[in-house]
Amino acid sequence: MLGPAVALSLIRELGPVLSALMVTGRAGSALSAEIGIMRISEQIDALATMALNPIRYLVVPNIVAAMIVFPLLAAIFDVIGIYGGYVVSVELLGLSPGTYFSQMEHFVDMEDIRIGFYKSLSFGILVSWICCYKGYFAGYGRGYGAEGVSRATTEAVVLSSVLILIWDYFLGSVLL
Amino acid sequence: MINIINLQKTFGAQKVLNGINLIIGEKEIVTIMGKSGCGKSVLLKHIIGLMKPDEGSVLIDSDDVTRISGRDLDKVREQFGVLFQGGALFDSLTVFQNIAFPLKEKTRLSKEEIEERVEKALADVGLSGVGEKYPIEISGGMRKRVALARALITEPKIVFFDEPTTGLDPIIVGSIHRLIIDAHRKYGFTGLMISHEIPGIFEVANRIAMMHEGVIIEVGTPEEIVHSQNPVVMQFIKGSYEGPVKL
Repeated sequence: MLGPAVALSLIRELGPVLSALMVTGRAGSALSAEIGIMRISEQIDALATMALNPIRYLVVPNIVAAMIVFPLLAAIFDVIGIYGGYVVSVELLGLSPGTYFSQMEHFVDMEDIRIGFYKSLSFGILVSWICCYKGYFAGYGRGYGAEGVSRATTEAVVLSSVLILIWDYFLGSVLL
Repeated sequence: MINIINLQKTFGAQKVLNGINLIIGEKEIVTIMGKSGCGKSVLLKHIIGLMKPDEGSVLIDSDDVTRISGRDLDKVREQFGVLFQGGALFDSLTVFQNIAFPLKEKTRLSKEEIEERVEKALADVGLSGVGEKYPIEISGGMRKRVALARALITEPKIVFFDEPTTGLDPIIVGSIHRLIIDAHRKYGFTGLMISHEIPGIFEVANRIAMMHEGVIIEVGTPEEIVHSQNPVVMQFIKGSYEGPVKL
């Protein structure tokens, strides 16, 4: 049962959640900081005064990119995780390779993959939206300049990470 | 062309704009001068629709930019060119791409036509050959000139200059003033400049407005301002430490 347990936990939960948390730390913070710096250096104001919609130029492409990339990264995470499980169980613990994969084929169905896909897709929207929002409004309220960007980046990562876990629980228990 | 009527704005307990009234005529350059932190840039942000006032209005022709938004505001902004205090150049784009950006996004010009206009704009501001550099790789004075080229590239009807020469050496200050005068002669735009570059602004501006404690206390031609008897204006022009304006 080791193969199916690894595959199911990765495809349904760990793949989407952990890859989303990693992308939040790696790319979400960078996204928030980049848009925040554009805000404090008046680049966003410059776009607006050129009669160009800053949301369309800065936010929409990032959300679309995240919707494509998050499920892809989750899929890569799942594949590598399943092969990691294979190495440990077959090479180290001496389990038969056939048992590892044949049981997996029996227990994992399209419904599990669909759940994992929807989760990572929704995490992509959630993370990119929060990070863009925090960067876009960097310096509003408390702190401006470098402090405002630093605060926006921190808040974006913390809020995204917490909401990923809450949204995962919500999706897992209510919607799917 | 631009009519600012009783504009008021308060941040917390601080009243920054306390009933600003000013009319800027067509094809006229008006310079607003005033102590640092007196609200000049806040006033400019209201005029270009980046901030909304507590009271009052800003009429650009017949459109009140304080009461419109979205596509209506964009239609008014299509007439604008803005030179921001820090340049506001897009740091992920080269100098060439920065200047070409408004043309690429807002016009149907061909790639060749855009290239030709950008190269000419770069030559006009004395920066031929720096098109492939990024804003971070050029000096502050060069960045201001690139920003000026970008503000003027679409030949806008109204141009706003927010402290175009602050922090630059006198030679570059003179060259930027010369560029503004030349562009004004060439395109005949209406200009609003925020600056306290005395005496340089006397050469550029048709009229000068003095802003103090959230209101315009005096407006006149450079000649009238130089001979003003208002103690605030006199102190500002002479750059005296003693006077009604305290630090």
